[in-house]
Amino acid sequence: MNLIVTRAGFQTTIQDLGRTGFRQFGVSSGGALDLHALRIANLLTGNDKNAAGLEFTQGNVRLRFDDERIIGWCGGDYEVCVASHSIPRGHSALVLAEDELSISGPRQGWRGWLAVSGGVAVPPVLGSCSTDLRANFGGLDGRALRDGDKLLLGDQSDFARSLIDLLNERHVSSWSSPAEWSSTAKTKPILRIVRGCDWDRFNASTHHALTSETFSVSPDSDRMGVRFNALELHRNDDVDLVSEAVAPGTIQVPPGGRPILLLGDCQTIGGYPKIAHVITIDLSIAAQLRSGETVRFQEISLPEAHRLLFEREQELERFRIGLSLKNK
Amino acid sequence: MEITSVGDSALLVRVRDRFEDAPEETLKKVLDVLRRLENARIPGVIELAPAYTTVAVFFDPVRVINATIEPNHASEGLAQKIREALTRGKHKQSKQPAASAIEIPVCYDPEFALDLDHVADHARMSPNEVVDLHSTAHYLVNCLGFTPGFPYLTGLPKKLTTPRRATPRKEIPAGSVAIGGTQTGIYPQVSPGGWNVIGRTPLRLFDAQKDPPVLLRVSNRVRFRAITREEFEALKS
Repeated sequence: MNLIVTRAGFQTTIQDLGRTGFRQFGVSSGGALDLHALRIANLLTGNDKNAAGLEFTQGNVRLRFDDERIIGWCGGDYEVCVASHSIPRGHSALVLAEDELSISGPRQGWRGWLAVSGGVAVPPVLGSCSTDLRANFGGLDGRALRDGDKLLLGDQSDFARSLIDLLNERHVSSWSSPAEWSSTAKTKPILRIVRGCDWDRFNASTHHALTSETFSVSPDSDRMGVRFNALELHRNDDVDLVSEAVAPGTIQVPPGGRPILLLGDCQTIGGYPKIAHVITIDLSIAAQLRSGETVRFQEISLPEAHRLLFEREQELERFRIGLSLKNK
Repeated sequence: MEITSVGDSALLVRVRDRFEDAPEETLKKVLDVLRRLENARIPGVIELAPAYTTVAVFFDPVRVINATIEPNHASEGLAQKIREALTRGKHKQSKQPAASAIEIPVCYDPEFALDLDHVADHARMSPNEVVDLHSTAHYLVNCLGFTPGFPYLTGLPKKLTTPRRATPRKEIPAGSVAIGGTQTGIYPQVSPGGWNVIGRTPLRLFDAQKDPPVLLRVSNRVRFRAITREEFEALKS
Protein backbone atom coordinates (compact mmCIF):
# COMPACT_ATOMS: atom_id res chain seq x y z
CA MET A 1 0.00 0.00 0.00
CA ASN A 2 2.94 2.30 0.67
CA LEU A 3 5.99 3.57 -1.07
CA ILE A 4 8.81 4.34 1.32
CA VAL A 5 11.35 6.94 0.27
CA THR A 6 14.64 5.61 1.63
CA ARG A 7 16.63 8.20 -0.29
CA ALA A 8 14.88 11.25 -1.70
CA GLY A 9 17.73 12.54 -3.89
CA PHE A 10 18.34 16.16 -4.91
CA GLN A 11 14.76 17.18 -5.65
CA THR A 12 11.97 14.63 -5.96
CA THR A 13 8.40 15.92 -6.06
CA ILE A 14 4.92 14.50 -6.55
CA GLN A 15 3.52 15.72 -9.87
CA ASP A 16 0.56 15.05 -12.13
CA LEU A 17 -0.51 16.88 -15.30
CA GLY A 18 -0.83 20.18 -13.40
CA ARG A 19 -3.49 22.77 -12.58
CA THR A 20 -6.08 24.27 -14.89
CA GLY A 21 -8.34 27.20 -14.14
CA PHE A 22 -6.29 29.02 -11.50
CA ARG A 23 -3.99 31.21 -13.61
CA GLN A 24 -6.50 34.03 -13.05
CA PHE A 25 -5.41 33.91 -9.39
CA GLY A 26 -1.70 33.78 -10.19
CA VAL A 27 -1.33 30.01 -9.71
CA SER A 28 1.10 28.30 -12.13
CA SER A 29 -0.02 25.33 -14.21
CA GLY A 30 2.86 23.34 -12.69
CA GLY A 31 2.79 19.54 -13.04
CA ALA A 32 5.47 17.29 -14.51
CA LEU A 33 7.92 19.41 -16.51
CA ASP A 34 7.61 16.78 -19.23
CA LEU A 35 3.86 16.15 -19.23
CA HIS A 36 4.16 13.73 -22.13
CA ALA A 37 6.72 11.57 -20.29
CA LEU A 38 4.42 11.27 -17.27
CA ARG A 39 1.50 10.34 -19.53
CA ILE A 40 3.60 7.56 -21.09
CA ALA A 41 4.75 6.30 -17.68
CA ASN A 42 1.12 6.28 -16.52
CA LEU A 43 0.01 4.37 -19.64
CA LEU A 44 2.73 1.76 -19.03
CA THR A 45 1.43 1.17 -15.50
CA GLY A 46 -2.28 1.02 -16.33
CA ASN A 47 -2.95 4.36 -14.64
CA ASP A 48 -5.27 7.17 -15.53
CA LYS A 49 -3.23 9.67 -17.58
CA ASN A 50 -3.44 12.27 -14.81
CA ALA A 51 -2.34 9.94 -11.96
CA ALA A 52 0.30 11.44 -9.68
CA GLY A 53 3.83 10.12 -10.08
CA LEU A 54 7.31 11.19 -9.02
CA GLU A 55 9.53 13.68 -10.78
CA PHE A 56 13.14 13.17 -9.77
CA THR A 57 16.03 15.51 -10.47
CA GLN A 58 19.64 14.36 -10.67
CA GLY A 59 18.68 10.84 -9.51
CA ASN A 60 20.27 9.05 -6.56
CA VAL A 61 16.86 7.95 -5.33
CA ARG A 62 15.90 4.77 -3.47
CA LEU A 63 12.33 3.61 -2.92
CA ARG A 64 10.91 0.55 -1.16
CA PHE A 65 7.60 -1.08 -1.97
CA ASP A 66 5.09 -2.68 0.42
CA ASP A 67 3.24 -4.71 -2.18
CA GLU A 68 3.31 -5.78 -5.82
CA ARG A 69 3.15 -2.92 -8.27
CA ILE A 70 3.81 -2.15 -11.93
CA ILE A 71 6.21 0.70 -12.59
CA GLY A 72 7.25 2.62 -15.68
CA TRP A 73 9.57 5.57 -16.15
CA CYS A 74 10.80 8.02 -18.80
CA GLY A 75 13.26 10.91 -18.97
CA GLY A 76 17.05 11.28 -18.74
CA ASP A 77 19.61 8.50 -19.00
CA TYR A 78 19.58 6.78 -15.59
CA GLU A 79 20.24 3.24 -14.44
CA VAL A 80 17.06 2.08 -12.69
CA CYS A 81 17.22 -1.28 -10.91
CA VAL A 82 14.75 -3.41 -9.00
CA ALA A 83 16.36 -6.36 -7.20
CA SER A 84 18.76 -7.67 -9.87
CA HIS A 85 16.75 -6.41 -12.82
CA SER A 86 17.66 -3.36 -14.79
CA ILE A 87 14.52 -1.50 -15.89
CA PRO A 88 14.99 0.38 -19.16
CA ARG A 89 13.03 3.53 -19.95
CA GLY A 90 9.59 3.15 -21.50
CA HIS A 91 8.92 -0.40 -20.31
CA SER A 92 6.38 -1.84 -17.88
CA ALA A 93 8.09 -3.63 -15.01
CA LEU A 94 7.02 -5.64 -11.98
CA VAL A 95 8.15 -4.85 -8.45
CA LEU A 96 7.43 -7.26 -5.60
CA ALA A 97 6.67 -6.56 -1.95
CA GLU A 98 9.83 -5.51 -0.09
CA ASP A 99 11.66 -4.81 -3.36
CA GLU A 100 13.92 -1.79 -3.45
CA LEU A 101 14.06 0.39 -6.54
CA SER A 102 17.24 2.37 -7.07
CA ILE A 103 17.87 5.21 -9.47
CA SER A 104 21.50 6.06 -10.29
CA GLY A 105 22.93 9.50 -10.98
CA PRO A 106 22.33 10.78 -14.52
CA ARG A 107 24.60 9.69 -17.37
CA GLN A 108 22.80 12.21 -19.53
CA GLY A 109 19.89 14.56 -18.93
CA TRP A 110 18.53 15.85 -15.66
CA ARG A 111 15.02 14.72 -14.77
CA GLY A 112 12.93 11.57 -14.83
CA TRP A 113 9.28 10.62 -14.25
CA LEU A 114 8.30 7.45 -12.45
CA ALA A 115 4.74 6.13 -12.40
CA VAL A 116 3.58 3.41 -10.02
CA SER A 117 0.35 1.50 -10.68
CA GLY A 118 -2.39 3.01 -8.52
CA GLY A 119 -0.59 6.35 -8.48
CA VAL A 120 0.64 8.30 -5.46
CA ALA A 121 -2.43 9.02 -3.34
CA VAL A 122 -2.19 12.54 -1.96
CA PRO A 123 -5.24 14.81 -1.64
CA PRO A 124 -5.63 17.08 -4.66
CA VAL A 125 -5.25 20.80 -3.94
CA LEU A 126 -6.86 23.21 -6.43
CA GLY A 127 -7.69 20.26 -8.65
CA SER A 128 -4.24 18.71 -8.80
CA CYS A 129 -1.80 16.60 -6.77
CA SER A 130 1.17 18.53 -8.17
CA THR A 131 3.63 20.07 -5.73
CA ASP A 132 3.90 23.85 -6.02
CA LEU A 133 7.30 24.54 -4.48
CA ARG A 134 6.99 28.32 -4.74
CA ALA A 135 3.71 28.66 -2.86
CA ASN A 136 4.21 25.43 -0.88
CA PHE A 137 1.02 23.52 -1.47
CA GLY A 138 0.00 20.29 -3.21
CA GLY A 139 1.97 17.04 -3.28
CA LEU A 140 3.23 16.06 0.17
CA ASP A 141 2.76 19.16 2.38
CA GLY A 142 3.79 21.37 -0.53
CA ARG A 143 7.43 20.31 -0.36
CA ALA A 144 10.01 18.10 -2.05
CA LEU A 145 10.27 14.55 -0.66
CA ARG A 146 12.67 13.75 2.17
CA ASP A 147 14.38 10.58 3.31
CA GLY A 148 11.92 8.45 5.27
CA ASP A 149 8.72 9.85 3.70
CA LYS A 150 5.96 7.27 3.37
CA LEU A 151 3.66 7.71 0.39
CA LEU A 152 0.29 6.02 0.21
CA LEU A 153 -0.38 4.36 -3.14
CA GLY A 154 -3.83 4.26 -4.75
CA ASP A 155 -5.84 1.26 -5.91
CA GLN A 156 -4.46 -0.46 -8.97
CA SER A 157 -6.54 -0.76 -12.13
CA ASP A 158 -7.64 -4.13 -13.54
CA PHE A 159 -5.15 -3.57 -16.32
CA ALA A 160 -2.33 -3.15 -13.79
CA ARG A 161 -3.38 -6.41 -12.11
CA SER A 162 -3.31 -8.29 -15.39
CA LEU A 163 0.14 -6.80 -16.10
CA ILE A 164 1.30 -8.18 -12.72
CA ASP A 165 0.22 -11.68 -13.85
CA LEU A 166 1.71 -11.19 -17.30
CA LEU A 167 5.12 -10.05 -16.00
CA ASN A 168 5.30 -12.70 -13.29
CA GLU A 169 8.15 -14.56 -15.02
CA ARG A 170 10.20 -11.98 -16.83
CA HIS A 171 9.60 -8.88 -14.66
CA VAL A 172 10.28 -6.45 -17.53
CA SER A 173 7.97 -6.10 -20.53
CA SER A 174 9.09 -7.00 -24.02
CA TRP A 175 7.10 -4.03 -25.31
CA SER A 176 8.11 -0.42 -24.88
CA SER A 177 7.06 3.06 -25.86
CA PRO A 178 8.86 4.80 -28.76
CA ALA A 179 12.39 5.74 -27.64
CA GLU A 180 11.81 9.34 -28.73
CA TRP A 181 9.16 9.68 -25.99
CA SER A 182 10.88 7.85 -23.17
CA SER A 183 14.52 8.91 -23.76
CA THR A 184 14.42 12.67 -24.05
CA ALA A 185 17.95 13.74 -23.08
CA LYS A 186 19.98 14.74 -26.13
CA THR A 187 23.52 15.88 -26.81
CA LYS A 188 23.57 19.50 -27.99
CA PRO A 189 19.81 19.55 -28.48
CA ILE A 190 17.90 21.80 -30.85
CA LEU A 191 14.70 23.33 -29.53
CA ARG A 192 12.15 24.41 -32.10
CA ILE A 193 10.56 27.82 -31.57
CA VAL A 194 7.75 29.93 -32.96
CA ARG A 195 7.91 33.73 -32.93
CA GLY A 196 6.64 35.61 -29.91
CA CYS A 197 4.50 38.76 -30.05
CA ASP A 198 7.57 40.91 -29.20
CA TRP A 199 9.73 39.40 -31.96
CA ASP A 200 9.74 42.73 -33.83
CA ARG A 201 11.12 44.57 -30.79
CA PHE A 202 14.44 42.88 -31.65
CA ASN A 203 16.53 43.60 -34.73
CA ALA A 204 17.52 41.25 -37.54
CA SER A 205 20.96 40.49 -36.13
CA THR A 206 19.35 39.44 -32.82
CA HIS A 207 16.90 37.22 -34.71
CA HIS A 208 19.86 35.73 -36.51
CA ALA A 209 21.78 35.21 -33.26
CA LEU A 210 18.81 33.51 -31.61
CA THR A 211 18.51 30.96 -34.37
CA SER A 212 22.19 30.38 -35.15
CA GLU A 213 24.23 30.77 -31.94
CA THR A 214 24.57 28.23 -29.15
CA PHE A 215 23.19 29.07 -25.71
CA SER A 216 24.73 27.70 -22.55
CA VAL A 217 22.49 26.68 -19.62
CA SER A 218 23.21 28.60 -16.41
CA PRO A 219 23.32 26.94 -12.95
CA ASP A 220 20.51 29.14 -11.62
CA SER A 221 17.91 27.21 -13.64
CA ASP A 222 15.04 25.47 -11.86
CA ARG A 223 11.43 24.31 -12.33
CA MET A 224 10.44 27.91 -13.10
CA GLY A 225 12.78 28.28 -15.99
CA VAL A 226 16.03 27.60 -17.80
CA ARG A 227 18.39 30.57 -17.68
CA PHE A 228 21.09 31.03 -20.30
CA ASN A 229 24.60 32.49 -20.03
CA ALA A 230 26.81 34.66 -22.16
CA LEU A 231 24.97 35.64 -25.28
CA GLU A 232 22.92 38.81 -24.89
CA LEU A 233 19.87 39.70 -26.93
CA HIS A 234 19.17 43.41 -27.26
CA ARG A 235 15.98 45.22 -28.03
CA ASN A 236 15.31 47.99 -30.52
CA ASP A 237 13.16 49.93 -28.08
CA ASP A 238 13.04 50.47 -24.34
CA VAL A 239 9.26 50.76 -23.97
CA ASP A 240 8.10 49.61 -20.54
CA LEU A 241 5.76 46.70 -21.32
CA VAL A 242 2.56 45.95 -19.42
CA SER A 243 2.63 42.54 -17.72
CA GLU A 244 0.63 39.92 -19.58
CA ALA A 245 0.37 36.14 -19.83
CA VAL A 246 3.44 33.97 -20.20
CA ALA A 247 3.40 30.19 -20.47
CA PRO A 248 5.74 27.20 -20.26
CA GLY A 249 7.90 27.50 -23.39
CA THR A 250 7.97 31.31 -23.43
CA ILE A 251 11.44 32.76 -24.02
CA GLN A 252 11.52 36.14 -22.31
CA VAL A 253 14.36 38.62 -22.42
CA PRO A 254 14.96 40.71 -19.27
CA PRO A 255 16.89 44.01 -19.49
CA GLY A 256 20.30 42.31 -19.12
CA GLY A 257 19.67 40.49 -22.40
CA ARG A 258 20.14 36.95 -21.07
CA PRO A 259 17.09 34.99 -22.20
CA ILE A 260 15.02 32.81 -19.85
CA LEU A 261 13.05 29.82 -21.12
CA LEU A 262 10.03 29.39 -18.84
CA LEU A 263 9.03 25.93 -17.59
CA GLY A 264 5.99 24.48 -15.78
CA ASP A 265 6.35 26.36 -12.48
CA CYS A 266 6.73 29.76 -14.17
CA GLN A 267 4.78 32.77 -12.96
CA THR A 268 1.49 33.44 -14.76
CA ILE A 269 2.29 36.95 -16.02
CA GLY A 270 5.46 38.76 -16.99
CA GLY A 271 6.52 42.15 -18.27
CA TYR A 272 9.65 41.16 -20.20
CA PRO A 273 9.43 40.96 -24.00
CA LYS A 274 8.54 37.53 -25.37
CA ILE A 275 10.88 37.02 -28.30
CA ALA A 276 9.81 33.44 -29.02
CA HIS A 277 8.22 30.28 -27.60
CA VAL A 278 9.58 26.74 -27.57
CA ILE A 279 6.93 24.46 -29.09
CA THR A 280 5.03 22.17 -26.74
CA ILE A 281 6.51 18.89 -27.92
CA ASP A 282 10.07 20.18 -27.43
CA LEU A 283 9.40 21.04 -23.77
CA SER A 284 10.23 17.35 -23.18
CA ILE A 285 13.79 18.11 -24.32
CA ALA A 286 13.90 21.43 -22.43
CA ALA A 287 13.08 19.62 -19.17
CA GLN A 288 16.38 17.70 -19.52
CA LEU A 289 18.68 20.72 -19.84
CA ARG A 290 21.29 20.97 -17.14
CA SER A 291 23.87 23.52 -16.17
CA GLY A 292 26.73 23.89 -18.67
CA GLU A 293 24.94 22.22 -21.57
CA THR A 294 24.48 24.04 -24.83
CA VAL A 295 21.37 24.33 -26.91
CA ARG A 296 20.34 25.85 -30.23
CA PHE A 297 17.01 27.21 -31.40
CA GLN A 298 15.39 26.60 -34.76
CA GLU A 299 12.41 28.57 -36.00
CA ILE A 300 9.37 26.78 -37.38
CA SER A 301 5.87 28.01 -38.24
CA LEU A 302 2.90 27.81 -35.90
CA PRO A 303 0.94 25.44 -38.18
CA GLU A 304 4.01 23.17 -38.25
CA ALA A 305 4.13 23.19 -34.42
CA HIS A 306 0.46 22.21 -34.33
CA ARG A 307 0.93 19.50 -36.94
CA LEU A 308 3.79 17.93 -34.95
CA LEU A 309 1.74 17.98 -31.75
CA PHE A 310 -1.31 16.54 -33.50
CA GLU A 311 0.73 13.74 -35.07
CA ARG A 312 2.31 12.83 -31.74
CA GLU A 313 -1.14 12.68 -30.16
CA GLN A 314 -2.37 10.34 -32.90
CA GLU A 315 0.68 8.15 -32.41
CA LEU A 316 0.08 8.16 -28.66
CA GLU A 317 -3.48 6.99 -29.24
CA ARG A 318 -2.22 4.11 -31.40
CA PHE A 319 0.26 3.18 -28.67
CA ARG A 320 -2.51 3.29 -26.06
CA ILE A 321 -4.68 0.95 -28.13
CA GLY A 322 -1.76 -1.43 -28.73
CA LEU A 323 -1.00 -1.52 -25.02
CA SER A 324 -4.62 -2.12 -24.08
CA LEU A 325 -4.50 -5.38 -26.09
CA LYS A 326 -2.26 -6.74 -23.31
CA ASN A 327 -5.28 -6.53 -21.02
CA LYS A 328 -6.89 -9.93 -20.49
CA MET B 1 -8.55 44.71 -30.39
CA GLU B 2 -5.47 42.71 -31.28
CA ILE B 3 -5.09 38.90 -31.06
CA THR B 4 -1.58 37.46 -30.89
CA SER B 5 -0.27 34.01 -30.04
CA VAL B 6 1.67 33.00 -26.94
CA GLY B 7 3.34 29.89 -28.30
CA ASP B 8 1.32 27.01 -29.71
CA SER B 9 -1.18 26.67 -26.86
CA ALA B 10 -2.43 30.15 -26.05
CA LEU B 11 -3.74 33.31 -27.70
CA LEU B 12 -3.77 36.76 -26.20
CA VAL B 13 -6.58 39.25 -26.74
CA ARG B 14 -5.19 42.73 -26.15
CA VAL B 15 -7.81 45.42 -25.54
CA ARG B 16 -5.40 48.34 -25.09
CA ASP B 17 -1.65 48.95 -24.98
CA ARG B 18 -1.64 50.83 -21.66
CA PHE B 19 -3.75 50.85 -18.53
CA GLU B 20 -2.15 53.42 -16.24
CA ASP B 21 -3.86 56.37 -17.92
CA ALA B 22 -7.31 54.76 -17.46
CA PRO B 23 -7.17 51.76 -15.13
CA GLU B 24 -10.92 51.54 -14.56
CA GLU B 25 -11.91 51.85 -18.22
CA THR B 26 -9.28 49.32 -19.25
CA LEU B 27 -10.40 46.85 -16.59
CA LYS B 28 -14.03 47.19 -17.76
CA LYS B 29 -12.97 46.32 -21.30
CA VAL B 30 -10.91 43.34 -20.10
CA LEU B 31 -13.84 42.04 -18.03
CA ASP B 32 -16.22 42.48 -20.96
CA VAL B 33 -13.90 40.37 -23.17
CA LEU B 34 -13.60 37.80 -20.39
CA ARG B 35 -17.38 37.54 -19.97
CA ARG B 36 -17.98 37.18 -23.71
CA LEU B 37 -15.35 34.46 -24.02
CA GLU B 38 -16.71 32.60 -20.97
CA ASN B 39 -20.17 32.65 -22.52
CA ALA B 40 -18.90 31.56 -25.95
CA ARG B 41 -17.60 28.20 -24.63
CA ILE B 42 -15.35 27.72 -27.65
CA PRO B 43 -14.40 24.04 -28.12
CA GLY B 44 -10.82 23.33 -27.06
CA VAL B 45 -10.46 26.42 -24.84
CA ILE B 46 -9.35 25.24 -21.40
CA GLU B 47 -8.63 28.39 -19.44
CA LEU B 48 -9.09 32.17 -19.56
CA ALA B 49 -6.83 34.49 -17.60
CA PRO B 50 -7.23 38.28 -17.44
CA ALA B 51 -4.33 40.67 -16.86
CA TYR B 52 -4.07 44.49 -17.02
CA THR B 53 -4.78 44.95 -20.73
CA THR B 54 -5.25 41.40 -21.96
CA VAL B 55 -7.21 38.19 -21.68
CA ALA B 56 -5.16 35.04 -22.29
CA VAL B 57 -6.99 32.15 -23.95
CA PHE B 58 -5.26 28.85 -23.20
CA PHE B 59 -6.31 26.00 -25.45
CA ASP B 60 -5.62 22.37 -26.20
CA PRO B 61 -4.30 22.46 -29.79
CA VAL B 62 -5.30 18.84 -30.39
CA ARG B 63 -8.91 19.53 -29.46
CA VAL B 64 -8.93 22.75 -31.48
CA ILE B 65 -7.57 20.89 -34.51
CA ASN B 66 -10.16 18.15 -34.02
CA ALA B 67 -12.88 20.79 -33.96
CA THR B 68 -11.75 22.59 -37.13
CA ILE B 69 -11.93 21.80 -40.80
CA GLU B 70 -8.57 23.41 -41.57
CA PRO B 71 -6.04 21.59 -39.38
CA ASN B 72 -3.23 23.84 -40.66
CA HIS B 73 -4.83 26.95 -39.31
CA ALA B 74 -5.72 26.02 -35.74
CA SER B 75 -4.67 29.35 -34.23
CA GLU B 76 -6.24 31.43 -37.01
CA GLY B 77 -9.44 29.41 -36.74
CA LEU B 78 -9.57 29.91 -33.01
CA ALA B 79 -8.77 33.62 -33.36
CA GLN B 80 -11.68 33.89 -35.77
CA LYS B 81 -14.04 32.26 -33.25
CA ILE B 82 -12.77 34.64 -30.58
CA ARG B 83 -13.45 37.64 -32.84
CA GLU B 84 -16.97 36.37 -33.51
CA ALA B 85 -17.59 35.92 -29.79
CA LEU B 86 -16.37 39.45 -29.11
CA THR B 87 -18.67 41.07 -31.65
CA ARG B 88 -21.71 38.96 -30.83
CA GLY B 89 -24.47 40.52 -28.73
CA LYS B 90 -24.66 43.88 -27.09
CA HIS B 91 -22.13 45.37 -24.77
CA LYS B 92 -23.57 44.52 -21.37
CA GLN B 93 -21.92 45.94 -18.31
CA SER B 94 -22.81 43.11 -15.99
CA LYS B 95 -19.37 42.69 -14.53
CA GLN B 96 -18.86 46.20 -13.22
CA PRO B 97 -16.27 46.53 -10.51
CA ALA B 98 -18.15 46.21 -7.22
CA ALA B 99 -19.01 49.45 -5.46
CA SER B 100 -18.14 48.42 -1.89
CA ALA B 101 -14.50 48.17 -0.89
CA ILE B 102 -12.77 45.32 0.93
CA GLU B 103 -10.93 46.64 3.95
CA ILE B 104 -7.40 45.40 4.55
CA PRO B 105 -5.98 46.11 8.02
CA VAL B 106 -2.31 47.14 7.83
CA CYS B 107 0.17 47.65 10.62
CA TYR B 108 2.66 50.35 9.55
CA ASP B 109 4.89 49.62 12.57
CA PRO B 110 8.61 50.34 11.90
CA GLU B 111 9.43 46.66 12.43
CA PHE B 112 7.25 45.76 9.40
CA ALA B 113 7.71 48.95 7.36
CA LEU B 114 11.21 48.26 6.06
CA ASP B 115 11.14 51.04 3.46
CA LEU B 116 8.70 53.55 4.96
CA ASP B 117 11.47 56.07 5.63
CA HIS B 118 12.74 55.70 2.08
CA VAL B 119 9.26 56.23 0.63
CA ALA B 120 8.78 59.25 2.93
CA ASP B 121 12.14 60.75 1.86
CA HIS B 122 11.28 60.19 -1.79
CA ALA B 123 7.86 61.85 -1.34
CA ARG B 124 9.36 64.62 0.80
CA MET B 125 6.92 64.05 3.62
CA SER B 126 6.93 62.44 7.06
CA PRO B 127 6.35 58.70 7.54
CA ASN B 128 3.05 59.52 9.27
CA GLU B 129 1.90 61.50 6.25
CA VAL B 130 2.75 58.55 4.00
CA VAL B 131 0.66 56.24 6.21
CA ASP B 132 -2.25 58.70 6.23
CA LEU B 133 -2.16 59.05 2.47
CA HIS B 134 -1.78 55.32 1.82
CA SER B 135 -4.59 54.36 4.19
CA THR B 136 -7.13 56.89 2.95
CA ALA B 137 -6.89 56.30 -0.80
CA HIS B 138 -9.27 54.14 -2.86
CA TYR B 139 -7.71 51.24 -4.78
CA LEU B 140 -8.75 48.84 -7.52
CA VAL B 141 -7.36 45.32 -8.14
CA ASN B 142 -6.30 45.45 -11.79
CA CYS B 143 -4.37 42.21 -11.93
CA LEU B 144 -3.35 39.12 -9.92
CA GLY B 145 -0.04 37.40 -10.52
CA PHE B 146 3.70 37.31 -9.80
CA THR B 147 2.97 34.80 -7.01
CA PRO B 148 -0.38 33.13 -6.23
CA GLY B 149 -2.83 35.76 -4.99
CA PHE B 150 -0.54 38.82 -5.35
CA PRO B 151 -2.88 41.77 -6.04
CA TYR B 152 -1.66 44.69 -8.15
CA LEU B 153 -3.60 47.75 -7.01
CA THR B 154 -4.03 50.99 -8.93
CA GLY B 155 -5.12 54.19 -7.21
CA LEU B 156 -1.91 54.95 -5.32
CA PRO B 157 -1.76 58.72 -4.64
CA LYS B 158 0.72 60.18 -7.15
CA LYS B 159 2.91 61.63 -4.39
CA LEU B 160 3.64 58.09 -3.15
CA THR B 161 4.99 56.84 -6.48
CA THR B 162 8.37 55.27 -5.63
CA PRO B 163 10.64 53.38 -8.05
CA ARG B 164 11.34 49.71 -7.29
CA ARG B 165 14.50 49.00 -5.33
CA ALA B 166 17.61 48.71 -7.49
CA THR B 167 18.47 45.41 -5.79
CA PRO B 168 15.44 43.24 -4.98
CA ARG B 169 15.27 41.70 -1.49
CA LYS B 170 15.81 37.96 -1.39
CA GLU B 171 13.05 37.47 1.14
CA ILE B 172 10.02 39.64 1.80
CA PRO B 173 7.74 38.42 4.64
CA ALA B 174 4.22 37.19 3.85
CA GLY B 175 1.59 39.92 4.23
CA SER B 176 4.01 42.75 3.38
CA VAL B 177 2.25 45.77 1.88
CA ALA B 178 4.51 47.49 -0.62
CA ILE B 179 4.82 50.21 -3.26
CA GLY B 180 6.29 49.49 -6.70
CA GLY B 181 6.29 52.46 -9.06
CA THR B 182 2.74 53.77 -9.39
CA GLN B 183 1.14 50.70 -7.84
CA THR B 184 0.77 49.15 -4.44
CA GLY B 185 0.42 45.46 -3.64
CA ILE B 186 0.59 42.76 -0.98
CA TYR B 187 3.00 39.82 -0.90
CA PRO B 188 0.87 36.73 -0.08
CA GLN B 189 3.86 34.42 0.51
CA VAL B 190 7.44 34.83 1.62
CA SER B 191 9.13 35.63 -1.67
CA PRO B 192 11.87 37.69 -3.26
CA GLY B 193 10.76 41.13 -4.39
CA GLY B 194 11.82 44.63 -5.34
CA TRP B 195 8.92 46.73 -4.03
CA ASN B 196 9.23 49.18 -1.12
CA VAL B 197 7.69 47.58 1.97
CA ILE B 198 5.68 50.04 4.11
CA GLY B 199 3.61 47.76 6.35
CA ARG B 200 2.14 44.31 6.94
CA THR B 201 -1.37 42.87 7.01
CA PRO B 202 -2.28 39.98 9.34
CA LEU B 203 -4.75 38.66 6.73
CA ARG B 204 -3.98 35.67 4.53
CA LEU B 205 -4.10 36.67 0.88
CA PHE B 206 -3.83 33.14 -0.51
CA ASP B 207 -5.06 29.86 0.93
CA ALA B 208 -4.86 26.89 -1.43
CA GLN B 209 -7.40 24.99 0.70
CA LYS B 210 -10.13 27.59 0.02
CA ASP B 211 -12.34 28.10 -3.00
CA PRO B 212 -11.58 30.62 -4.36
CA PRO B 213 -8.05 30.49 -2.96
CA VAL B 214 -7.60 34.27 -2.98
CA LEU B 215 -8.81 37.03 -0.67
CA LEU B 216 -8.77 39.66 -3.41
CA ARG B 217 -9.89 39.21 -7.00
CA VAL B 218 -9.52 41.32 -10.13
CA SER B 219 -12.05 44.20 -10.04
CA ASN B 220 -12.32 44.26 -6.23
CA ARG B 221 -12.10 47.70 -4.63
CA VAL B 222 -9.73 47.93 -1.72
CA ARG B 223 -9.03 50.29 1.20
CA PHE B 224 -6.31 50.02 3.80
CA ARG B 225 -6.97 50.63 7.51
CA ALA B 226 -4.04 51.48 9.78
CA ILE B 227 -3.94 49.22 12.84
CA THR B 228 -1.73 49.05 15.93
CA ARG B 229 0.73 46.31 16.70
CA GLU B 230 -1.71 44.91 19.31
CA GLU B 231 -4.53 44.74 16.77
CA PHE B 232 -2.16 43.06 14.33
CA GLU B 233 -1.31 40.31 16.82
CA ALA B 234 -4.98 39.88 17.78
CA LEU B 235 -6.08 39.56 14.15
CA LYS B 236 -3.18 37.25 13.36
CA SER B 237 -4.28 34.72 16.00
